[in-house]
Amino acid sequence: MTMPEIFQYEFMRNALAAGLLASVACGIVGVYVVVKKIVSMSGSIAHASFGGIGLGYLLKFSPVLGAMLFALLSAITMGLVTRKTKLPEDTATGILWALGMALGVIFIGLTPGYAPDLMSYLFGNILTVPASDIYLMAALDVIIVALVIAFYKEFLLLSFDEEFGTVVGMPVDGLYLLLLCMVALTVVVLIRVVGMILVIAMLTFPAALARQFTHDMKKMMLLAVVFGMVFTFGGLWLSYVLNLASGATIILLSGLVLLLSYTATGLRHRFSAHKTAI
Amino acid sequence: MMGSDVVRLEDVWVSYDGTAALDGINLRVSEHDFLGIIGPNGGGKSTLLKVLLGLVTPSRGMVTVLGNPPEKSRNKVGYVPQHSNFDRNFPVSVQEVTMMGRYGKTGLLRRYNSSDRQAAEKALSRVGMLDHAGSQIGQLSGGQQQRAFIARALVADPELLLLDEPMASVDSAMQTEFYELLEDLKKEMTIIMVSHDIGAVSVFVDKIACLNVQLYYHGSREITPEILEATYKCPVQLIAHGDIPHRVLREH
Repeated sequence: MTMPEIFQYEFMRNALAAGLLASVACGIVGVYVVVKKIVSMSGSIAHASFGGIGLGYLLKFSPVLGAMLFALLSAITMGLVTRKTKLPEDTATGILWALGMALGVIFIGLTPGYAPDLMSYLFGNILTVPASDIYLMAALDVIIVALVIAFYKEFLLLSFDEEFGTVVGMPVDGLYLLLLCMVALTVVVLIRVVGMILVIAMLTFPAALARQFTHDMKKMMLLAVVFGMVFTFGGLWLSYVLNLASGATIILLSGLVLLLSYTATGLRHRFSAHKTAI
Repeated sequence: MMGSDVVRLEDVWVSYDGTAALDGINLRVSEHDFLGIIGPNGGGKSTLLKVLLGLVTPSRGMVTVLGNPPEKSRNKVGYVPQHSNFDRNFPVSVQEVTMMGRYGKTGLLRRYNSSDRQAAEKALSRVGMLDHAGSQIGQLSGGQQQRAFIARALVADPELLLLDEPMASVDSAMQTEFYELLEDLKKEMTIIMVSHDIGAVSVFVDKIACLNVQLYYHGSREITPEILEATYKCPVQLIAHGDIPHRVLREH
Protein backbone atom coordinates (compact mmCIF):
# COMPACT_ATOMS: atom_id res chain seq x y z
CA MET A 1 0.00 0.00 0.00
CA THR A 2 1.28 3.46 -0.82
CA MET A 3 0.47 6.38 1.43
CA PRO A 4 -2.43 7.98 -0.55
CA GLU A 5 -4.00 4.58 -1.09
CA ILE A 6 -4.10 4.00 2.64
CA PHE A 7 -6.30 7.04 3.17
CA GLN A 8 -8.97 5.81 0.82
CA TYR A 9 -10.18 3.72 3.73
CA GLU A 10 -12.28 5.44 6.36
CA PHE A 11 -10.73 3.43 9.17
CA MET A 12 -7.28 4.67 8.14
CA ARG A 13 -8.42 8.29 8.09
CA ASN A 14 -9.96 7.75 11.53
CA ALA A 15 -6.78 6.13 12.76
CA LEU A 16 -4.77 9.14 11.56
CA ALA A 17 -7.14 11.57 13.27
CA ALA A 18 -7.17 9.50 16.46
CA GLY A 19 -3.38 9.39 16.52
CA LEU A 20 -3.05 13.14 16.06
CA LEU A 21 -5.69 13.96 18.68
CA ALA A 22 -4.18 11.51 21.18
CA SER A 23 -0.70 12.99 20.69
CA VAL A 24 -1.91 16.52 21.41
CA ALA A 25 -3.58 15.52 24.67
CA CYS A 26 -0.83 13.21 25.93
CA GLY A 27 1.96 15.61 24.99
CA ILE A 28 0.49 18.60 26.80
CA VAL A 29 -0.97 16.93 29.88
CA GLY A 30 1.90 14.44 30.03
CA VAL A 31 4.31 17.30 30.73
CA TYR A 32 2.35 18.20 33.88
CA VAL A 33 2.10 14.52 34.85
CA VAL A 34 5.87 14.20 34.63
CA VAL A 35 6.98 17.48 36.23
CA LYS A 36 4.35 17.35 38.99
CA LYS A 37 5.27 13.70 39.62
CA ILE A 38 1.73 12.37 39.48
CA VAL A 39 2.51 9.42 37.21
CA SER A 40 1.14 6.70 39.46
CA MET A 41 -1.84 8.83 40.40
CA SER A 42 -2.61 9.20 36.70
CA GLY A 43 -2.23 5.43 36.31
CA SER A 44 -4.79 5.00 39.04
CA ILE A 45 -7.25 7.35 37.31
CA ALA A 46 -6.75 5.43 34.06
CA HIS A 47 -7.35 2.02 35.62
CA ALA A 48 -10.31 3.20 37.68
CA SER A 49 -11.98 4.17 34.41
CA PHE A 50 -12.43 0.44 33.75
CA GLY A 51 -15.36 0.57 36.19
CA GLY A 52 -17.04 3.01 33.82
CA ILE A 53 -16.37 0.83 30.80
CA GLY A 54 -18.06 -2.06 32.59
CA LEU A 55 -20.99 0.14 33.61
CA GLY A 56 -21.39 1.19 29.99
CA TYR A 57 -21.65 -2.43 28.91
CA LEU A 58 -24.07 -3.28 31.71
CA LEU A 59 -26.42 -0.33 31.22
CA LYS A 60 -25.96 -0.28 27.43
CA PHE A 61 -24.52 3.19 26.99
CA SER A 62 -21.18 4.09 25.43
CA PRO A 63 -18.32 2.52 27.41
CA VAL A 64 -16.20 5.57 26.49
CA LEU A 65 -18.66 7.87 28.23
CA GLY A 66 -18.66 5.48 31.18
CA ALA A 67 -14.87 5.67 31.25
CA MET A 68 -15.03 9.46 31.21
CA LEU A 69 -17.49 9.48 34.11
CA PHE A 70 -15.36 7.13 36.20
CA ALA A 71 -12.08 8.83 35.31
CA LEU A 72 -13.47 12.22 36.37
CA LEU A 73 -15.01 10.78 39.53
CA SER A 74 -11.79 9.07 40.53
CA ALA A 75 -9.76 12.23 39.76
CA ILE A 76 -12.00 14.31 42.00
CA THR A 77 -12.04 11.64 44.73
CA MET A 78 -8.27 11.36 44.59
CA GLY A 79 -7.83 15.13 44.75
CA LEU A 80 -10.19 15.53 47.70
CA VAL A 81 -8.87 12.53 49.62
CA THR A 82 -5.22 13.55 49.29
CA ARG A 83 -5.95 17.18 50.19
CA LYS A 84 -8.60 16.85 52.87
CA THR A 85 -7.68 13.65 54.71
CA LYS A 86 -4.49 12.25 56.19
CA LEU A 87 -4.54 9.19 53.93
CA PRO A 88 -1.16 9.00 52.16
CA GLU A 89 -1.31 9.75 48.44
CA ASP A 90 0.27 6.41 47.67
CA THR A 91 -2.40 4.48 49.57
CA ALA A 92 -5.25 6.43 47.96
CA THR A 93 -3.71 5.70 44.56
CA GLY A 94 -3.67 1.95 45.19
CA ILE A 95 -7.19 1.82 46.61
CA LEU A 96 -8.81 3.70 43.74
CA TRP A 97 -6.82 1.78 41.15
CA ALA A 98 -8.06 -1.59 42.44
CA LEU A 99 -11.62 -0.54 43.27
CA GLY A 100 -12.25 0.81 39.77
CA MET A 101 -10.89 -2.34 38.16
CA ALA A 102 -12.92 -4.60 40.47
CA LEU A 103 -16.12 -2.71 39.71
CA GLY A 104 -15.43 -3.06 36.00
CA VAL A 105 -14.97 -6.82 36.30
CA ILE A 106 -18.22 -7.17 38.30
CA PHE A 107 -20.21 -4.99 35.88
CA ILE A 108 -18.97 -6.92 32.86
CA GLY A 109 -19.72 -10.21 34.64
CA LEU A 110 -23.29 -9.03 35.25
CA THR A 111 -23.73 -8.03 31.61
CA PRO A 112 -25.68 -10.74 29.79
CA GLY A 113 -23.86 -12.24 26.81
CA TYR A 114 -20.54 -11.24 25.38
CA ALA A 115 -18.83 -7.85 25.78
CA PRO A 116 -17.80 -6.83 22.26
CA ASP A 117 -14.58 -4.75 21.77
CA LEU A 118 -13.59 -5.24 25.40
CA MET A 119 -10.03 -5.92 24.30
CA SER A 120 -9.87 -2.68 22.35
CA TYR A 121 -10.72 -0.70 25.50
CA LEU A 122 -8.14 -2.60 27.52
CA PHE A 123 -5.29 -2.63 25.01
CA GLY A 124 -6.40 -0.16 22.37
CA ASN A 125 -6.91 -0.52 18.68
CA ILE A 126 -6.30 2.61 16.70
CA LEU A 127 -7.69 0.95 13.55
CA THR A 128 -11.19 0.49 14.96
CA VAL A 129 -11.87 3.97 16.35
CA PRO A 130 -15.39 4.95 15.27
CA ALA A 131 -16.11 8.45 13.93
CA SER A 132 -18.25 9.28 16.97
CA ASP A 133 -15.25 8.75 19.25
CA ILE A 134 -13.11 10.96 16.99
CA TYR A 135 -15.52 13.84 17.58
CA LEU A 136 -15.44 13.23 21.32
CA MET A 137 -11.64 13.13 21.27
CA ALA A 138 -11.51 16.39 19.29
CA ALA A 139 -13.88 18.09 21.74
CA LEU A 140 -11.80 16.93 24.73
CA ASP A 141 -8.61 18.14 23.03
CA VAL A 142 -10.18 21.58 22.60
CA ILE A 143 -11.14 21.66 26.28
CA ILE A 144 -7.65 20.56 27.38
CA VAL A 145 -5.81 23.08 25.18
CA ALA A 146 -8.16 25.89 26.24
CA LEU A 147 -7.61 25.08 29.94
CA VAL A 148 -3.84 25.00 29.56
CA ILE A 149 -3.82 28.34 27.70
CA ALA A 150 -6.11 29.91 30.30
CA PHE A 151 -4.31 28.53 33.36
CA TYR A 152 -0.73 28.31 32.09
CA LYS A 153 0.82 30.48 34.79
CA GLU A 154 -1.30 28.83 37.48
CA PHE A 155 -0.33 25.30 36.46
CA LEU A 156 3.33 26.31 36.25
CA LEU A 157 3.29 27.66 39.80
CA LEU A 158 1.22 24.70 41.01
CA SER A 159 3.71 22.23 39.57
CA PHE A 160 6.82 24.07 40.69
CA ASP A 161 6.01 25.23 44.21
CA GLU A 162 2.54 24.65 45.62
CA GLU A 163 3.34 26.13 49.00
CA PHE A 164 4.44 29.38 47.41
CA GLY A 165 1.26 29.27 45.34
CA THR A 166 -0.75 29.26 48.55
CA VAL A 167 1.33 32.08 49.96
CA VAL A 168 0.63 34.32 46.96
CA GLY A 169 -3.08 33.55 47.25
CA MET A 170 -3.57 31.03 44.45
CA PRO A 171 -6.45 28.53 44.92
CA VAL A 172 -4.08 25.56 44.82
CA ASP A 173 -6.54 22.85 45.86
CA GLY A 174 -9.04 23.82 43.16
CA LEU A 175 -6.33 24.00 40.51
CA TYR A 176 -4.96 20.64 41.61
CA LEU A 177 -8.42 19.12 41.14
CA LEU A 178 -8.65 20.75 37.72
CA LEU A 179 -5.27 19.30 36.76
CA LEU A 180 -6.36 15.80 37.81
CA CYS A 181 -9.59 16.23 35.83
CA MET A 182 -7.47 17.17 32.80
CA VAL A 183 -5.57 13.93 33.30
CA ALA A 184 -8.93 12.12 33.43
CA LEU A 185 -10.01 13.68 30.12
CA THR A 186 -6.67 12.76 28.56
CA VAL A 187 -7.18 9.16 29.67
CA VAL A 188 -10.45 9.17 27.71
CA VAL A 189 -8.74 10.62 24.64
CA LEU A 190 -6.04 7.92 24.80
CA ILE A 191 -8.18 4.93 25.70
CA ARG A 192 -9.10 4.03 22.13
CA VAL A 193 -5.54 4.37 20.87
CA VAL A 194 -3.43 2.47 23.40
CA GLY A 195 -6.05 1.12 25.81
CA MET A 196 -6.63 1.97 29.47
CA ILE A 197 -3.91 -0.37 30.71
CA LEU A 198 -1.23 1.34 28.61
CA VAL A 199 -2.51 4.93 28.87
CA ILE A 200 0.04 5.70 31.55
CA ALA A 201 2.87 5.04 29.12
CA MET A 202 1.61 7.62 26.61
CA LEU A 203 1.16 10.11 29.45
CA THR A 204 4.76 9.59 30.54
CA PHE A 205 7.07 8.57 27.69
CA PRO A 206 6.70 11.47 25.21
CA ALA A 207 6.93 14.07 27.98
CA ALA A 208 9.88 12.35 29.67
CA LEU A 209 11.69 12.21 26.34
CA ALA A 210 10.93 15.87 25.60
CA ARG A 211 12.43 16.80 28.97
CA GLN A 212 15.75 15.41 27.73
CA PHE A 213 15.93 18.15 25.10
CA THR A 214 14.63 21.37 26.65
CA HIS A 215 14.26 23.32 29.90
CA ASP A 216 11.35 25.39 28.61
CA MET A 217 7.94 24.05 29.51
CA LYS A 218 6.18 25.31 26.39
CA LYS A 219 8.82 23.80 24.13
CA MET A 220 8.63 20.64 26.17
CA MET A 221 4.89 20.41 25.43
CA LEU A 222 5.39 20.98 21.72
CA LEU A 223 8.17 18.40 21.56
CA ALA A 224 6.11 15.88 23.53
CA VAL A 225 3.22 16.30 21.06
CA VAL A 226 5.61 15.70 18.16
CA PHE A 227 7.14 12.65 19.87
CA GLY A 228 3.63 11.35 20.56
CA MET A 229 2.83 11.56 16.85
CA VAL A 230 6.08 9.91 15.82
CA PHE A 231 5.52 7.05 18.27
CA THR A 232 1.86 6.59 17.36
CA PHE A 233 2.40 6.43 13.62
CA GLY A 234 5.77 4.71 13.82
CA GLY A 235 4.26 2.12 16.13
CA LEU A 236 1.22 1.70 13.92
CA TRP A 237 3.40 1.13 10.88
CA LEU A 238 5.62 -1.34 12.76
CA SER A 239 2.60 -3.24 14.05
CA TYR A 240 1.34 -3.51 10.44
CA VAL A 241 4.71 -4.73 9.13
CA LEU A 242 5.31 -7.17 11.99
CA ASN A 243 1.67 -8.13 12.41
CA LEU A 244 1.55 -7.18 16.13
CA ALA A 245 -1.02 -5.46 18.36
CA SER A 246 -0.90 -1.75 17.54
CA GLY A 247 -1.33 -0.30 21.07
CA ALA A 248 1.43 -2.42 22.57
CA THR A 249 3.76 -1.78 19.62
CA ILE A 250 3.31 1.98 20.02
CA ILE A 251 4.25 1.69 23.70
CA LEU A 252 7.22 -0.60 23.07
CA LEU A 253 8.58 1.72 20.39
CA SER A 254 8.31 4.78 22.66
CA GLY A 255 9.81 2.87 25.58
CA LEU A 256 12.72 1.78 23.45
CA VAL A 257 13.42 5.30 22.19
CA LEU A 258 13.20 6.68 25.74
CA LEU A 259 15.62 4.03 26.98
CA LEU A 260 18.06 4.78 24.15
CA SER A 261 17.85 8.49 24.92
CA TYR A 262 18.55 7.93 28.62
CA THR A 263 21.48 5.67 27.75
CA ALA A 264 22.92 8.24 25.35
CA THR A 265 22.60 11.00 27.95
CA GLY A 266 24.24 8.78 30.56
CA LEU A 267 27.13 7.94 28.25
CA ARG A 268 27.58 11.58 27.25
CA HIS A 269 27.76 12.66 30.90
CA ARG A 270 30.25 9.93 31.67
CA PHE A 271 32.31 10.86 28.63
CA SER A 272 32.37 14.57 29.46
CA ALA A 273 33.18 13.79 33.11
CA HIS A 274 36.03 11.65 31.84
CA LYS A 275 37.26 14.47 29.63
CA THR A 276 37.23 17.01 32.48
CA ALA A 277 39.09 14.53 34.65
CA ILE A 278 41.85 14.41 32.06
CA MET B 1 1.34 52.45 69.32
CA MET B 2 -0.10 48.99 68.82
CA GLY B 3 -0.80 49.78 65.21
CA SER B 4 2.87 49.86 64.30
CA ASP B 5 3.38 46.20 65.21
CA VAL B 6 4.13 44.35 62.01
CA VAL B 7 3.78 40.98 63.69
CA ARG B 8 1.94 40.16 66.89
CA LEU B 9 1.63 36.72 68.40
CA GLU B 10 -0.24 36.21 71.65
CA ASP B 11 -0.12 32.85 73.40
CA VAL B 12 0.19 30.89 70.16
CA TRP B 13 0.12 27.08 70.35
CA VAL B 14 0.69 24.68 67.48
CA SER B 15 0.94 20.90 67.67
CA TYR B 16 1.41 18.17 65.09
CA ASP B 17 -0.26 14.87 65.99
CA GLY B 18 -0.15 15.64 69.68
CA THR B 19 3.47 16.82 69.76
CA ALA B 20 3.85 20.49 70.59
CA ALA B 21 5.70 22.47 67.94
CA LEU B 22 5.02 25.91 69.39
CA ASP B 23 4.17 26.35 73.02
CA GLY B 24 2.58 29.61 74.16
CA ILE B 25 4.53 31.97 71.94
CA ASN B 26 4.31 35.71 72.51
CA LEU B 27 6.16 37.86 70.03
CA ARG B 28 6.03 41.41 68.76
CA VAL B 29 7.95 42.70 65.79
CA SER B 30 7.93 46.41 64.99
CA GLU B 31 8.33 48.14 61.70
CA HIS B 32 11.84 47.95 60.17
CA ASP B 33 13.02 45.45 62.75
CA PHE B 34 15.48 42.87 61.53
CA LEU B 35 14.73 39.86 63.73
CA GLY B 36 16.78 36.69 63.71
CA ILE B 37 15.11 33.60 65.12
CA ILE B 38 17.58 30.96 66.23
CA GLY B 39 17.13 27.56 67.74
CA PRO B 40 17.83 23.90 67.08
CA ASN B 41 16.39 21.96 64.16
CA GLY B 42 12.87 20.86 64.94
CA GLY B 43 12.50 23.72 67.36
CA GLY B 44 9.53 25.18 65.52
CA LYS B 45 11.28 27.94 63.55
CA SER B 46 9.78 27.01 60.19
CA THR B 47 6.43 26.40 61.85
CA LEU B 48 6.51 29.91 63.24
CA LEU B 49 7.07 31.33 59.74
CA LYS B 50 4.24 29.16 58.43
CA VAL B 51 1.97 30.54 61.14
CA LEU B 52 2.86 34.05 59.95
CA LEU B 53 1.98 33.04 56.39
CA GLY B 54 -1.29 31.43 57.41
CA LEU B 55 -0.11 28.05 56.16
CA VAL B 56 -0.42 26.59 59.66
CA THR B 57 -3.38 27.51 61.86
CA PRO B 58 -2.59 27.60 65.59
CA SER B 59 -4.81 25.57 67.88
CA ARG B 60 -4.83 28.48 70.33
CA GLY B 61 -3.80 32.08 70.44
CA MET B 62 -3.95 35.17 68.28
CA VAL B 63 -1.83 36.07 65.27
CA THR B 64 -1.85 39.36 63.41
CA VAL B 65 0.40 40.28 60.52
CA LEU B 66 0.35 43.91 59.40
CA GLY B 67 -2.81 44.42 61.44
CA ASN B 68 -4.78 41.57 59.85
CA PRO B 69 -5.05 37.78 60.09
CA PRO B 70 -2.11 36.18 58.24
CA GLU B 71 -4.15 35.00 55.21
CA LYS B 72 -5.33 38.58 54.62
CA SER B 73 -1.80 40.00 54.62
CA ARG B 74 -0.16 37.54 52.26
CA ASN B 75 0.06 40.03 49.40
CA LYS B 76 2.26 42.26 51.60
CA VAL B 77 4.55 39.46 52.74
CA GLY B 78 7.54 38.14 50.82
CA TYR B 79 8.55 34.57 51.58
CA VAL B 80 11.80 32.78 50.84
CA PRO B 81 11.22 29.12 51.71
CA GLN B 82 13.85 26.69 52.92
CA HIS B 83 16.01 25.87 50.00
CA SER B 84 15.95 22.11 49.95
CA ASN B 85 12.50 21.39 48.59
CA PHE B 86 12.39 22.04 44.89
CA ASP B 87 13.03 19.94 41.80
CA ARG B 88 16.39 21.02 40.34
CA ASN B 89 15.36 19.60 36.98
CA PHE B 90 12.13 21.55 36.73
CA PRO B 91 11.73 23.21 33.31
CA VAL B 92 11.48 26.79 34.50
CA SER B 93 13.71 29.86 34.04
CA VAL B 94 14.87 32.35 36.67
CA GLN B 95 12.65 34.97 35.02
CA GLU B 96 9.60 32.67 35.26
CA VAL B 97 10.34 31.86 38.90
CA THR B 98 10.59 35.57 39.72
CA MET B 99 7.28 36.30 37.97
CA MET B 100 5.57 33.80 40.26
CA GLY B 101 5.93 36.39 43.01
CA ARG B 102 3.65 38.70 41.02
CA TYR B 103 0.76 36.24 41.16
CA GLY B 104 -0.89 38.02 44.10
CA LYS B 105 -0.93 41.29 42.13
CA THR B 106 -2.11 39.68 38.90
CA GLY B 107 -4.58 37.02 39.96
CA LEU B 108 -6.41 34.10 38.43
CA LEU B 109 -6.81 33.95 34.64
CA ARG B 110 -5.00 37.25 34.00
CA ARG B 111 -1.74 37.34 32.12
CA TYR B 112 1.40 38.94 33.47
CA ASN B 113 1.78 42.34 31.80
CA SER B 114 4.66 44.71 31.13
CA SER B 115 4.61 46.20 34.64
CA ASP B 116 4.95 42.67 36.06
CA ARG B 117 7.89 42.09 33.74
CA GLN B 118 9.49 45.40 34.76
CA ALA B 119 9.05 44.50 38.42
CA ALA B 120 10.73 41.15 37.78
CA GLU B 121 13.61 42.86 36.02
CA LYS B 122 14.01 45.31 38.89
CA ALA B 123 13.95 42.55 41.51
CA LEU B 124 16.45 40.47 39.55
CA SER B 125 18.87 43.34 39.10
CA ARG B 126 18.56 44.16 42.79
CA VAL B 127 19.82 40.70 43.73
CA GLY B 128 22.36 40.79 40.90
CA MET B 129 20.71 38.06 38.87
CA LEU B 130 19.49 39.94 35.81
CA ASP B 131 22.19 38.36 33.64
CA HIS B 132 20.86 34.93 34.55
CA ALA B 133 17.19 35.71 33.89
CA GLY B 134 17.01 33.22 31.04
CA SER B 135 18.83 30.38 32.78
CA GLN B 136 17.04 27.28 33.97
CA ILE B 137 16.87 27.48 37.75
CA GLY B 138 18.62 24.16 38.35
CA GLN B 139 21.72 25.15 36.38
CA LEU B 140 22.65 27.88 38.87
CA SER B 141 24.78 27.56 41.99
CA GLY B 142 23.03 27.27 45.35
CA GLY B 143 23.71 30.90 46.17
CA GLN B 144 22.38 32.08 42.83
CA GLN B 145 19.24 30.00 43.25
CA GLN B 146 18.76 31.58 46.66
CA ARG B 147 19.05 35.03 45.06
CA ALA B 148 16.42 34.10 42.50
CA PHE B 149 14.07 33.05 45.29
CA ILE B 150 14.73 36.32 47.10
CA ALA B 151 13.91 38.16 43.85
CA ARG B 152 10.64 36.19 43.73
CA ALA B 153 9.86 37.39 47.25
CA LEU B 154 10.80 41.01 46.49
CA VAL B 155 8.98 41.34 43.20
CA ALA B 156 5.66 42.20 44.83
CA ASP B 157 7.21 44.98 47.02
CA PRO B 158 6.54 43.31 50.38
CA GLU B 159 6.39 45.15 53.70
CA LEU B 160 7.53 42.05 55.57
CA LEU B 161 10.18 39.61 54.35
CA LEU B 162 10.37 36.10 55.81
CA LEU B 163 13.52 34.06 55.19
CA ASP B 164 13.77 30.40 56.19
CA GLU B 165 17.39 29.26 56.61
CA PRO B 166 18.66 31.49 53.80
CA MET B 167 22.32 30.80 54.61
CA ALA B 168 22.13 27.05 54.13
CA SER B 169 22.95 27.18 50.43
CA VAL B 170 25.11 30.31 50.33
CA ASP B 171 28.80 29.49 50.31
CA SER B 172 30.95 31.38 52.79
CA ALA B 173 32.53 33.62 50.14
CA MET B 174 29.07 34.95 49.25
CA GLN B 175 27.83 35.40 52.81
CA THR B 176 29.02 38.95 53.29
CA GLU B 177 27.54 39.99 49.98
CA PHE B 178 24.32 38.31 50.98
CA TYR B 179 24.15 40.21 54.27
CA GLU B 180 24.88 43.47 52.50
CA LEU B 181 21.80 42.80 50.43
CA LEU B 182 19.74 42.22 53.58
CA GLU B 183 21.26 45.33 55.18
CA ASP B 184 20.05 47.26 52.16
CA LEU B 185 16.59 45.68 52.22
CA LYS B 186 16.06 46.38 55.88
CA LYS B 187 15.77 50.09 55.16
CA GLU B 188 12.58 49.39 53.25
CA MET B 189 10.95 46.49 55.03
CA THR B 190 10.72 44.44 58.17
CA ILE B 191 12.74 41.23 58.01
CA ILE B 192 12.40 38.02 59.97
CA MET B 193 15.11 35.47 59.36
CA VAL B 194 15.20 31.96 60.72
CA SER B 195 18.51 30.16 61.16
CA HIS B 196 20.21 27.51 63.23
CA ASP B 197 23.53 29.26 62.67
CA ILE B 198 23.86 31.57 65.69
CA GLY B 199 27.14 33.12 64.69
CA ALA B 200 25.98 34.11 61.23
CA VAL B 201 22.70 35.58 62.39
CA SER B 202 23.84 37.56 65.36
CA VAL B 203 26.29 39.81 63.56
CA PHE B 204 23.73 41.34 61.26
CA VAL B 205 20.31 41.27 62.86
CA ASP B 206 19.07 43.90 65.30
CA LYS B 207 17.07 41.58 67.49
CA ILE B 208 17.20 37.92 68.32
CA ALA B 209 14.58 35.44 69.43
CA CYS B 210 15.59 32.02 70.73
CA LEU B 211 13.04 29.39 69.91
CA ASN B 212 12.84 25.77 70.92
CA VAL B 213 9.13 25.00 71.09
CA GLN B 214 8.96 27.77 73.67
CA LEU B 215 10.33 31.22 73.10
CA TYR B 216 13.29 31.57 75.48
CA TYR B 217 14.39 35.06 74.75
CA HIS B 218 13.44 37.98 72.68
CA GLY B 219 15.27 41.25 72.60
CA SER B 220 18.54 42.87 71.65
CA ARG B 221 21.20 40.66 70.17
CA GLU B 222 23.32 40.39 73.28
CA ILE B 223 22.45 36.94 74.53
CA THR B 224 24.02 35.08 77.39
CA PRO B 225 25.26 31.49 77.37
CA GLU B 226 22.49 30.72 79.90
CA ILE B 227 19.82 31.66 77.40
CA LEU B 228 21.49 29.59 74.74
CA GLU B 229 21.66 26.71 77.15
CA ALA B 230 17.96 26.95 77.81
CA THR B 231 17.21 27.11 74.10
CA TYR B 232 19.50 24.42 72.85
CA LYS B 233 19.33 22.07 75.87
CA CYS B 234 22.00 19.36 75.33
CA PRO B 235 24.05 20.77 72.43
CA VAL B 236 24.64 23.91 74.41
CA GLN B 237 27.95 22.65 75.80
CA LEU B 238 29.32 22.86 72.33
CA ILE B 239 27.98 26.30 71.66
CA ALA B 240 28.59 27.93 75.05
CA HIS B 241 32.08 26.61 75.32
CA GLY B 242 34.72 29.28 75.62
CA ASP B 243 33.88 32.83 74.66
CA ILE B 244 33.16 32.31 70.98
CA PRO B 245 29.50 33.34 71.16
CA HIS B 246 30.40 36.48 73.12
CA ARG B 247 32.98 37.58 70.67
CA VAL B 248 30.79 36.98 67.66
CA LEU B 249 27.78 38.55 69.26
CA ARG B 250 29.35 41.81 70.33
CA GLU B 251 31.28 42.59 67.25
CA HIS B 252 29.74 44.62 64.47
